[in-house]
Amino acid sequence: MNTVKKYKWTIISVLIILAIYLVNSSKGLMAVTLTVNNFKTMLSVLPPIFIIIGLLDVWVPRETMIKYMGDKSGILGGILAVLMGAFGAGPLYVAFPVAALLLKKGARLANVFLFLCIWSSMKLPLLMYEWASLGGRFTTIHIISSLAVYVLGSLLMERLLSSKARDIIYSNIELV
Amino acid sequence: MNGSVVYAIAAICLIVSFIKSREKTRLGVKKALKSIVKLVPVLLPMMIIIGAVLSLVDAQFISRVFGNSSGIYGVILGLALGAVAFIPSFVAFPLGANLLQYGAGYPQVAGFISSLMAVGFISFGVESRFFGAKTALIRNLLGLLACIVFVILVWGLMK
Repeated sequence: MNTVKKYKWTIISVLIILAIYLVNSSKGLMAVTLTVNNFKTMLSVLPPIFIIIGLLDVWVPRETMIKYMGDKSGILGGILAVLMGAFGAGPLYVAFPVAALLLKKGARLANVFLFLCIWSSMKLPLLMYEWASLGGRFTTIHIISSLAVYVLGSLLMERLLSSKARDIIYSNIELV
Repeated sequence: MNGSVVYAIAAICLIVSFIKSREKTRLGVKKALKSIVKLVPVLLPMMIIIGAVLSLVDAQFISRVFGNSSGIYGVILGLALGAVAFIPSFVAFPLGANLLQYGAGYPQVAGFISSLMAVGFISFGVESRFFGAKTALIRNLLGLLACIVFVILVWGLMK
C-alpha cells in the first residue's frame, strides 16, 4: 500500500499517456518516445552528479563552505555562486540536490538562490548556444537583465523569508 | 555540457577519493544512492508528464500563438507556455530561431525562451520537496520577474 501511495503520481501520469494513446494513437506513441528521451537525458547527468554530491558531502568540511559561501562570505560567495551555476550541467532539477547540499553545509541562502537562478538560465554552454541561434544582441540583453534581477532578487528573497521559514528550509534539507 | 564529461568528472572524483580513503568513498556513494532512491518517485511522474505535454504541444501550435501581431497577448502567452512547457534548451533555441523566421516577434520569443528556462511549473514538485513550497514559489516568481524585465528590454531595444 505504501508503495502504491509513493508512486501515486507515476501511476496517474502513465494513465494520462494511456488516455492520450486511446484518443490519438500517434500522439500517444510520440508521448512515449519523448518520455524515453527524457529518461535518457536524466540518466546522462543525474547519476554522476549524485556521486559527486555524495563525495563532496563526505569530503568538504562545513567550516570550509561557511567560509567561502556562508553568511559572512560577502561578494566572494556571490561570485562563487554565479560561477558554480554557470558551469552547471543538466536540467534545473539536477541543481536542486546540489543547492540542498550547499545549504546543508552552511552556505548563505542568497548565494544558494543565486546559484539556482544562474543554473536555470545562464549556464555557459547554454549561452553559447543561445548566441549562435538567436544572435548576440538578444543574448547580451538576456545576460545583463537576468544577472541584475537575480542578484538583487536573491538578496531580496533572503530578506523576505523570515528566520522561521529559513529554519524550516534548513531542517528540511537535513531530511532529504 | 555533455553527459560523458560529467561521468568522467565523477569517475575521477571517485578514483581520487578511493585512493585517499576507502571508508569515506563508501559512505559518499551510499549517500548518493540513498538520495537517488528517495527522488525516484518524484522524478518518474515528472519525466512522463513532460513527455505527454510535449506530444500535445507541437511547433505548429506554438508558431500560431507567437505571430508578430500578437503583441502583449503573445508575450503573456509566451511567458505562460514557457513556464508550463519543459523543452530541452538544445531544442528551444533552434525553435526560437525558427519562430523568428516564420514571422514571430522578438519580444514574444524572448518571453517564451526566457520563461522556459527560468520558470519551472512541472519541476515545482521536486523543487518544493527540497526547499518547501513557499521558497519554491518565490524562486519561480523571481525567475518570472527576470523574464518580464528581459521582455521589456527586448521590446524597447529590438523591435
